[in-house]
Amino acid sequence: MSRFLISRLGSVIPVMFGVSVVVFLLMQLAPGDVATALLGPQATVAAKEALRHALGLDRPLPVQYGVWLTHAVRGDFGVSIATQEPVMDLVLPRFLNTLVLTFSSLLLAILIGYPVGIFAALRSQTVFDRGAMAVTLLLGSTPPYWLGLLLVLLFALRLHWLPVSGMYDIAGNGGLGDLLRHLILPAITTALGPAAIITRMVRASVRDALSRPHVRVARAKGLPRRRLLRRHVLRNALPPVITITGLQLGYLVGGALLTEVVFDWPGLGSLLYTSITARDLPVVQATTLLIGLCFVLANIVVDLINVLLDPRLQEG
Amino acid sequence: MDALTSTAVASRGRPRHWRLAAFARDRAAVLSAALLLVVVVACIAAPLITSVGPYAADDSLRYASPLTSGYLLGTDQQGRDELARLLWGGRVSLAVGVVPTLCASAIGLALGMAAGLARGLLDGIIMRTLDVLFAFPIVLFAIALAGAMTPGINTEIISITIVLIPYIGRLARTAAMEVAAMPYIEAARAAGGSPLEIARRYVFPNVLSPVLVYATTLMGLMIVVGSGLSFLGLGVQPPTADWGAMVADGRIVLNIAPHVTLIPGIAILAVSLAFNFLGDGLRDALDPRTGRRSRAA
Repeated sequence: MSRFLISRLGSVIPVMFGVSVVVFLLMQLAPGDVATALLGPQATVAAKEALRHALGLDRPLPVQYGVWLTHAVRGDFGVSIATQEPVMDLVLPRFLNTLVLTFSSLLLAILIGYPVGIFAALRSQTVFDRGAMAVTLLLGSTPPYWLGLLLVLLFALRLHWLPVSGMYDIAGNGGLGDLLRHLILPAITTALGPAAIITRMVRASVRDALSRPHVRVARAKGLPRRRLLRRHVLRNALPPVITITGLQLGYLVGGALLTEVVFDWPGLGSLLYTSITARDLPVVQATTLLIGLCFVLANIVVDLINVLLDPRLQEG
Repeated sequence: MDALTSTAVASRGRPRHWRLAAFARDRAAVLSAALLLVVVVACIAAPLITSVGPYAADDSLRYASPLTSGYLLGTDQQGRDELARLLWGGRVSLAVGVVPTLCASAIGLALGMAAGLARGLLDGIIMRTLDVLFAFPIVLFAIALAGAMTPGINTEIISITIVLIPYIGRLARTAAMEVAAMPYIEAARAAGGSPLEIARRYVFPNVLSPVLVYATTLMGLMIVVGSGLSFLGLGVQPPTADWGAMVADGRIVLNIAPHVTLIPGIAILAVSLAFNFLGDGLRDALDPRTGRRSRAA
């Protein structure tokens, strides 16, 4: 187990290094000049030259990368161009809010996808199965931000059941109940697309497990249905399902970024949006790097869960 | 290419019309192809269909609901014809879904085939580089790339292309490696075929069909992703229309004029679904050995 973990972590280091190079190069894609952006168009050539020297922008690219990386590793991404605050002070509280949204959406997607998928597989080719497949097909192609707007229109603007946006009421006490009320619509918006894909995968995986010979034998033996399902079907259907659930994390995070903009959720997505609009590249860099690294780590966690469930995978 | 495909088909002993018949049996795929054709033709013929342009604002008729006389789909908050904007905007939205997928398919196919056939160092370099790009969630990477460049349709196309290359590259590599292990490749090599000639005549046609199937499904997803970029304001700039930007426009008037948001969203959903069905139909027609696999994003 620990050997597997070490080799898996080892393989991640070059990827993380590459991720940092890509994020650093993002800065180079940006049109215009940082010194002009900071000093304004009226600045003299000499002043811009001096600032460029002070920022190290006149040095060769690999040297600039080295300096940037050594700072980034220590959590120092410089100062936001828009607000002059340290980037990390802006990013960290937002990161927690994004985690709240992402994890509740993931939980919701699993709570919808697993039971519906299992039930559809067991009631194969019935009205329920066909209906569930049609709905998942539709949801899988729906733009998440548009779905969010539809939910806002229905549940917030027309029915007045839930708040339109934000994370807490301004006048509220900031309690858990208030947070949950604000969380419902964004979490559903983010969860439905991944839930649809998870449902289809669970259904396919359970159907596959049901058709295997050992299940037929167990059934012939007269094993109680409940026990057959738990011990022989679900246990075999689970590993591919968990891998797919893990893969949905990326889709989910992407959806969450857009959902945050729709609902004004104070997370990394809305921060990314405002800093792109303000051309605040240090913040864009830090946000992208942080989400990229989390995504890499999440994939390791998925691998680990799979190995714990099925030790045979360790060799592969 | 036609000659190459038919050689490949003949070598597998499968007459071509068999494939067409398989595709025609799939009603959803045929309907989807028809829908897409209608949408594409309507978008190209936009000036012939609507009398008003996408920018002509009628101040006296703002927020007109659908079926108002003269405005089939109503007007938006500036009194612009929704139908005109939908058709003109469709040109941008379709381009953003289709062009990057084709570009990424060409680049991914070349990289994947090179990696899968050459193996060794080249394979290592290409695949490790693609692994790095894989590390980013697709929407985040597209947003970050587009956000670093100047907003516009080219920015959208470039960033979505870059994001897709690793997905197609990996698929092409796996397919190329499978084909390279086939006995007929060994025979071609024994007969003295040069590696490039073998790659072009025997490997390429067999790698092309899985890539085409995958690319068709991806086009649907990329119309959704591209419209998301436009929704964030990273794509075409106002007043140019585009389905994602139209949804964003409608957001401000969501309560008084929901149709401004609803209509472009339905267009995105319908086109994206159609590409999905078309991809399924193509897969069944091009490769009858694999049954319908469940869709993955």
